[in-house]
Order: sequence, then C-alpha cells, then structure tokens
Amino acid sequence: MKTLPRVDVVIVGGGWSGLLMAKELGTRTALSILVLERGAAQSTESYADDMDELDYGVRLKMMQDASGETVTFRHNAGERALPIRQFANFLPGTGVGGAGEHWNGLCPRNVPDFFAVLTRTKEKYGAKWLPENHAMQDWGITYDDLEPHYTRVDRLLGLCGKAGNLRGQKMEGGNPFEGRRSEEYPNPPTKHGYYASLFRETCAGLGYHPYPMPSAGLSRTYTNPDGITRPGCVYCGYCERYGCMIGAKAQPTNTLLPVIEKKKNVAIRTGATVRRIMRAMKNGDAARVTGVSYIDGKGEEYFQPAGMVVLASWILNNTRLLLLSGIGEPYDAATGRGTLGRNLTHQVHFGAATAFFDKPMNRFMGAGAAGTMTADFDGDNFDHSGVKFLRGGVFQALNTGAHPIGEFGAVPGPVKAWWGGEWKKAAIETFDRTGRIIFSGEHLSYQGNFLDLDPVYKDRNGDALVRMTLDWHANEHAMTEFMTGKAAEIARAMNATHVNVFPGLGRYDTQRYQSTHVQGGTILGTSPENSVVNTYGQHWDAENLFVLGGSLFPSAGAANPTPTILALTYRTADALVEKYLKSGGRLE
Amino acid sequence: MRRREFLTVAAGGLGGVVVYSLDGKALLLGAQGKAPEKANGKSKDKVVRIPLRFFTEQEAVVVAAAAGRIFPSDESGPGAKEAGVAIYIDRQLAGPYGLDAHRYTQGPFEENAAAEFGYQGAATPREIYRAGLKELAGLKGPAGFARLSASEQDDALRKIEASNFFALLRQHTIEGMFCDPLHGGNVDMVGWQLIGYPGPRMNNAEDIDKHYGEAFRPKAIRLGEAAGHAVRGSEDEK
Repeated sequence: MKTLPRVDVVIVGGGWSGLLMAKELGTRTALSILVLERGAAQSTESYADDMDELDYGVRLKMMQDASGETVTFRHNAGERALPIRQFANFLPGTGVGGAGEHWNGLCPRNVPDFFAVLTRTKEKYGAKWLPENHAMQDWGITYDDLEPHYTRVDRLLGLCGKAGNLRGQKMEGGNPFEGRRSEEYPNPPTKHGYYASLFRETCAGLGYHPYPMPSAGLSRTYTNPDGITRPGCVYCGYCERYGCMIGAKAQPTNTLLPVIEKKKNVAIRTGATVRRIMRAMKNGDAARVTGVSYIDGKGEEYFQPAGMVVLASWILNNTRLLLLSGIGEPYDAATGRGTLGRNLTHQVHFGAATAFFDKPMNRFMGAGAAGTMTADFDGDNFDHSGVKFLRGGVFQALNTGAHPIGEFGAVPGPVKAWWGGEWKKAAIETFDRTGRIIFSGEHLSYQGNFLDLDPVYKDRNGDALVRMTLDWHANEHAMTEFMTGKAAEIARAMNATHVNVFPGLGRYDTQRYQSTHVQGGTILGTSPENSVVNTYGQHWDAENLFVLGGSLFPSAGAANPTPTILALTYRTADALVEKYLKSGGRLE
Repeated sequence: MRRREFLTVAAGGLGGVVVYSLDGKALLLGAQGKAPEKANGKSKDKVVRIPLRFFTEQEAVVVAAAAGRIFPSDESGPGAKEAGVAIYIDRQLAGPYGLDAHRYTQGPFEENAAAEFGYQGAATPREIYRAGLKELAGLKGPAGFARLSASEQDDALRKIEASNFFALLRQHTIEGMFCDPLHGGNVDMVGWQLIGYPGPRMNNAEDIDKHYGEAFRPKAIRLGEAAGHAVRGSEDEK
C-alpha cells in the first residue's frame, strides 16, 4: 500500500454533509483538505441528457451500483439475512454530490419536541406508554441549539416557503406547529399545480392548517450568502432520481462545489473508495485516527495520512466503515452492550391514499417539493387520547411530475385486472386523474433494529456488507392505520370518485420505496454509554474523528432529514473552527 | 455465430410489427384470429427493418404476441404492437440490463425467499426470458403461442401469472409502451399520446399553476428533440 502525502483533513464522501464541511473548513481556515469520493464527478451540464425515465427513474443510473456493493437485510436476529440485490426501498446516490443530486429538495425542520422525544413522552404520558423494547433517547441538543444553523441552511439553499412561527409570532399561511424561526424563508413558496392546490383548499376547509412545502427548488432567481446564484424552477418535473439540468434545485454540485473549486486548499479525488479508517495503536495512543486507506478505480491501494478524519459517507456506510475499521464497540442486541450500529430507523413513509378524480391533473408538470403539506397530525400536535401510538407525521400532496412508466397502471380498487384490455382502458382513463396523499412519519427506535456486518455477503473488494436488522412494531402499525384513515377522509373531501387506501405496512418490505431516509447507526448523544459520537459528531473513542449525516439521528423524524443534517454539520464546523482546531480535545 | 434475424416496424404508424427472417418470409405479428397478412413490398406502409439483438425470430414472435395481450391494441387505443414493445425488450435484454450488470449477483442465492426480500434468484433477465419463452412457446411448437387465439393466449398467460417471467414481461411491456423512443419502444410516441404525456418538456413555468381542472396537452417531444441532439440509451453502452 502506497503512502500519500499527508493532509490536514480527509473527508470521506462528497455529498451534502462532506462538501458543506469542506466548504466551511476550506473558506474559514488554511487547512489542506481532501475529499475522497468513490463515484465520479457530476455537474449541472452532465444532467442535460438525463430526462430519461427509463435509464434514470427505472434503471437508477444516478444511484449506487448494487452489483459492487449493497446491504443485506433481515427482519429479526432469528432470520437469515439476504442481500438487497437491487435498491428499491431507499436509493443511495453515488458520485460528487451523492444523494443530494437526485433528491426532491423537500426541506422541513423537525418539530422542537422531537429532539427530546423520550423526556417529553414520559412527562406527558408516563413511562408506561413507552413501547416495549424501545431504544428512544433524547438528542442532547435542542431545537433552539439548532435554530441558528437551520437558518443558515435556509439561506445556503435558498429555501422557499412561508414561516408559520416568526420569532414567536404565529403567521398566517405557514405551519402554526413549527418551532420558532428567527427569519422568514429567503424565498416565497413555489407555484402549485392543480392537485396540490385542491389538497390545500380541502385541508383548509376541514379545519387543518396546510402550508407550502419548504422547497430547495427555487421559486425565483436567488443569490445565497456565498454569492452563488441559481435560477428559478421551470417545473419540468424531473427532480426525484434526476439531477437538475438548470441548477434551480439546490444540489451540492451547484451550491457548494463552485465555492470549493475556488479554494486551493481543498481537493476532491473521485473514484476513491475508502476501505478503512486507520488508527495509531503504538505508544498506547489509540485515541486518535491517522488517516484512511482507499482503493482507486485501477485497484491500487493507498494510505492517505491525515490530521483529522471526517466520515460523511452516507448513513449505512458510516456505520459499516467504523465496523470494518474496528473503531467503537459493536452493538449487541442480545445484551444491549456496545453502541455502534444501534437505533437503525427508516422514516415511516407511504402513499396513504391514492385518489381518483373526474378531472385531469396535468401532473406531468411539477417539481420535487412543489406542494402542500399539513402538520396537524405531526409529533404531539394532536390529541393522542383514544389512539394507540406515540408521535405522528405529516401529510403531503406534491406535484413532483408524474412519469408514465412509474405511474401508469394504478387503477381504482374495483378493477381487479392488472393486465389486458380492461386494465389498460381503466389505466389510460386514470393516468392523469390520480393524486396521492403521502404520509411521512416518525419512526421510533427499538433495541431489535440495528446494523452490523454481514457474515456471508461481501462487496467487490471482499469487505463484508453491512446488515440491516429491522422490522415495524405495534406503534408504527397503529400509526399507519390511523393516518391511512385520515388521508382517506381528506381524499374523499377532495371529491375523489374513488380512493385506494394503503394496505398496511406488513413486514418491512425491501421492495417498496419508502424514502431514502434511513437513519441511525452512529448516533449522537451525551455519553459513550448511549452513543457513538457526541453532539458535535466527535467520536467518543477518537477525538480527531468526526462523523456527519443521518447516521447521527437517534430516531427518525417525520421531517426529511437533510436540513437537520446540514444544521448539525454547520454546528460541528463552528466548533471545529472556533475550538477544536485551536486547542484540540473533547468538544463539550 | 447467431443467424441474423430482424423485427420490423411498420413506419406508417399503427400498422403492426413485422418479422422478417433471412429467407424473406414476412409475418405480421399479433394478428390473432386472422390469417397472417403478407407484408411484402407492395404494402402501402413503409417498413423499417430492425435487426434483433437477442431474441430469435420465433422468440420475438412470442414476446410480441404476449405483450400484445398484456397491452392489447383495441378500441381504447394502440398497444404493445404499435409501440414496438418487442424491439424494446430485445434491446434491453441484449444490453447490460439483460446480463444483470447492475444487480448484486454474488451467491448464495435463495430462490424461494419471501416477497419482502425481492427477487433473490440466480437467473439473469436473459435467462428468465429464454426459459419462460420456451415454456410458453412449447405449448404448440416453437412459435405456437403466437398462433393461438386471443382468448387461448390469455389462458396461457394466466397460467404463468405468478411467475417471475410474467412479472418481468408485464413490467417490460409498460416500459416499452412509455419509454423515450430512443430505447426502441413507444414508436412515434404512441404510448405517450395515448395517455396525454408530453415527454420531457423543459419548461412548464407559465403553465404549472394554470389549466386547473382542464386537460393541458402540449405536443409531445422526445428527449433528443428537447436536448437538441441524439441521446444514447444505456442498452447501447459497451
């Protein structure tokens, strides 16, 4: 293994969190920074030809190539894990920008009490209401700690929306349940298509509080505090699973990369797959990492020495690399010992109601976060007496741009045929007369849901795949049933001619797409007993190792995680620049 | 070395799909219940000969017939035959997808895994088709399925409804109906026009919040037109 020249900071992964850290450290310090990204370079220009549903939407051209590395899955420790041979239930990105290139840009904040979910639940309902075998815990930081950083995220991405709580003042048209915002959104809400506007009017009529989705796709031309200008969205409908060809949707390559590229102290090396984080074990000093080893596209292996390692390689791979590197004590579900791999969650996310209408929706038009949502059933925003679950989630109605291969074929329940003339006729009629009410809810953490290394299946380099052990519990089933009923009520109130309802979660299904918001594994917390890293992402066992991303979340929020991931990254960057780089040691 | 075989689309629109073999015999696909029409040079419809990349002529005939029952050409509009679904599937199977280039294919495999684990078998899409077509065709000789009546074909398909092969065939039929024409299906954008989808339209900024409750149906364009140059599909990658 060839040893390369030392850098001050090596960042593993060139997605949202890794590149934000590279930008912050690169512009605020003179440190030499190297980002190692296993995929290829990507740019707005390379997306001009990608509006091809087959290759991108169906064959998943922008996603991690499962042939070389995937994950394995089992429902419980008694079951044999099998590889997810083609990604379907979540879609990890690849290349510079990572999943931040193909996202929808839907950017809500978490509700304030989400960060203290255990304490708040016990206070309000009593410990007897906590689910059996739960692994719930507070974050150790609060919404108020994160609020200034959330606001920086709003400005960085140019979020479009309407505040519902501006410095404590309730604002008409926004989300009345949201935490206090220190500033209005930098940009007004996106335009709405017919379906989302119908949902908005109906929800308002039912006494709910619909509000425009916070969107990282711009409603108008915007220049962010870094001087990066992006154009307003043209509603072409190619966000999710596609890169934005005009840069209206905030993506790491159009928002962070242009700043990074101007900095001589930051370099991005593509085609570099990190295999291990290296630790110095001599002289009894095991409390520091020394760099990483990686393999390039030609199969050459290198040791990249670094003064500090930032692990930002997406949720599941963060845990996997720490497990492969022997850093931290692997979680043992049987005994509860160890922390690495615990609290695996996957946002409870499903199409609660598919509504069929007698009017066309023109749903080929849209954008990833051009829509309306309502938080009336989020968190603890509603009266839980009479329901048998904790927490909740949001309903969303989007005009994301409906594409024909993925969307053709949904027919009202009474049509039993799924091929042939009867099905074809019904599906042609309903293709543009359909709308879906999506539910996105919290997923509590449980002792039995975790990550470890698979004993059988390997990646292309012979390293063990990471193994997911995950299933739904009574809380999720009860929540799903309740929320499906609410969604059906809304759909009927929208004058749907027929409503198909979600059949239920069943066992965890690797074939149903349910958001790419897998979370946990390297969770943050207040002590090495209950977490892998502190609230700054600093590893408890190695003070110069920092972990970023959704792997830090002790449980899954109803909110899409990216704004929270970026807010945490900003907070860590501040602590690095203001404290750690000056005096080292444990960040408190 | 495989024999060169061709599948041919009638360029005149809804004229059906014609297979030519090397001896010049032409057979109009999917003409159930009728004697096969001669599609010789005297036909008014201009035809485009497309060499098959993976299927044999007989396999293509069966695929076209089966896709034509999944998505029939009938009073509700054109179907798999007019869209060239068989050509689309042939190209997909010949390309990286057909060889499972992007699926995790390390063993051990578990052929009988529960549905929540997804397809866990060892066979590639090519192998699944080859075996599935053999079974389907074998009912009445090599291309016998294509010579059955429509209702007999439906019965035969119903018998394999639960198979992996049928799941792929159905999914690929939908793909071939509605993919960008660059992939060989959705010929003349017949699939898109059937459902009012305008293709990759680059700018809807002035229309997204208008036309509420009314059909807005701009003229369909293909990706090559929208991008201003030809775009290659992944099936054409080396």
